[in-house]
Amino acid sequence: MVSLKTELCGIELDNPLIPASGTFGFGYEFAEIYDINVLGSFSFKGTTKDPRFGNPTPRIAECEMGLINSVGLQNPGVENVIKNEIPKLQKCFHKPVMANVSGFSVEDYVYTVKELDKIDQIGWFEVNVSCPNVHGGGMSFGTSPEAAAEVTRAVKAVTKKPVIVKLSPNVTDIVAIAKACEEAGADGISLINTLLGMKIDLKRKKPVIHNKMGGFSGPAIKPVAIRMVYQVYEAVNIPIVGGGGISCAEDVIEMMLAGASCVQIGAANLVDPMACPKIIEDLPRVMEKYGITNLKDIIGGAH
Amino acid sequence: MKDLIFEIKSNKLIAKNTYEMVLLGDCTDIKCGQFVNIKLDGFYLRRPISVCNVEGDELTIIYKVVGKGTEAMAKMDKGVKLLTLTGLGNGYDTSKSGDKPLLVGGGAGVPPMYKLCRDLVLEGKTPSVILGFNSKDEVFYEDEFKALGAKVIVATADGSYGIKGFVTDGFDLVDYTYFYTCGPEPMLKAVYNASKTSGQFSFEERMGCGFGACMGCSCKTKYGNKRICKDGPVLVKEEIIW
Repeated sequence: MVSLKTELCGIELDNPLIPASGTFGFGYEFAEIYDINVLGSFSFKGTTKDPRFGNPTPRIAECEMGLINSVGLQNPGVENVIKNEIPKLQKCFHKPVMANVSGFSVEDYVYTVKELDKIDQIGWFEVNVSCPNVHGGGMSFGTSPEAAAEVTRAVKAVTKKPVIVKLSPNVTDIVAIAKACEEAGADGISLINTLLGMKIDLKRKKPVIHNKMGGFSGPAIKPVAIRMVYQVYEAVNIPIVGGGGISCAEDVIEMMLAGASCVQIGAANLVDPMACPKIIEDLPRVMEKYGITNLKDIIGGAH
Repeated sequence: MKDLIFEIKSNKLIAKNTYEMVLLGDCTDIKCGQFVNIKLDGFYLRRPISVCNVEGDELTIIYKVVGKGTEAMAKMDKGVKLLTLTGLGNGYDTSKSGDKPLLVGGGAGVPPMYKLCRDLVLEGKTPSVILGFNSKDEVFYEDEFKALGAKVIVATADGSYGIKGFVTDGFDLVDYTYFYTCGPEPMLKAVYNASKTSGQFSFEERMGCGFGACMGCSCKTKYGNKRICKDGPVLVKEEIIW
């Protein structure tokens, strides 16, 4: 018998699979076709203080081995999330859930986390620092160790739940940012968010995406994600949530060997809504093939 | 939504760059105005394609070759199996139609009108159909609509077949209680302006997942933000913001 169990900031997970924020809504669309309680957990749709429509369409572009999205954090705002979305989530999911929060100022993050902190089912906060800081000249919080640390400290001050900071890969030194978050009190690091990309339509001779650029995800980014998780694992002592192009059981094992305690599945959910249950079902076979009994034992095994 | 495997029964050219594909599989719970999302080997995202007809275990789709994905589909042979998500989107609401609904389809927007027309006829209504194409070589399904007993008007932009002009040039030739439409956005806008009754519009947008998870295809409506793939593709006239 193999064991898929793992742990994240003191909370045990039945398996390491966590659908990534923005690819899983609040869970109920997927609950139409499978029991989402088979998942380790999931990270719900990035929530902000105020409702957001996001960016103009087109905001999806297909690429080789992935897609570009420029959704722009569409969400109904934290008040509506608590009133309308969380009750629907609670009907179909009964495990601790990861609350993904975004903001455009430190105050935004604090406000949203404070509101969501009242929800018992939230097991962890996943703080997305890839958004532009309106008070910082539009630079993303996640591109500077100081700004990322400032958000981490501010959020840590208003919740007792574990705070996991989700980092952007669009930086020169991911390790410096991860360390800054750890020093600021982060309980975990999640990486990677999408890579900035562009696709040009040959017929119109213009970018496909209305906002020209967007976040590239899918199997093509997996080597970048594995490399960054490996580097961050060497540098920090807090657990890592690894993600980026993970699409099969072998990928999950590779990501855990790089140093991830649990693994996020993003783009794969959009292509195959059954991707996660299929991977969970396939993991024991692949573990046996590679002589793995306890998934937990292989975390960081490649170092 | 259902996650299924369909097998190609036939795949043939029926007009310029336009193919009709008949797929065999579980067709239960597929409504008119909905779409299916098909996985193709070698392409990352699925292809969302509107439902043209469902009869027993046969699902008919009609697609126009516009890019590499549809090019690959055009080359597929009988017997090929396709991973397909079915039952996507809200579909048309036939209960609002009145006795004499008008169906307006343009180009690749014609196919969803077929099952809708069939359903309306089965409900005892007498639909009229206006089909718009660029030119004669693109015209398809005129006879199929006639066989359902509908009054059919064909308009071509270059006048090479039927009445010369756009679908809206056919509006004065029919008496209607309500309308349903699908086609390119400029056509939908023209229909919106020319129509004298309420009606339903089917929209298109670049989609990620096709089942409401990624928010890639959202639009603003008078009734709030909607996802074209999940809350649409059909919107009612009263909620549309142009």
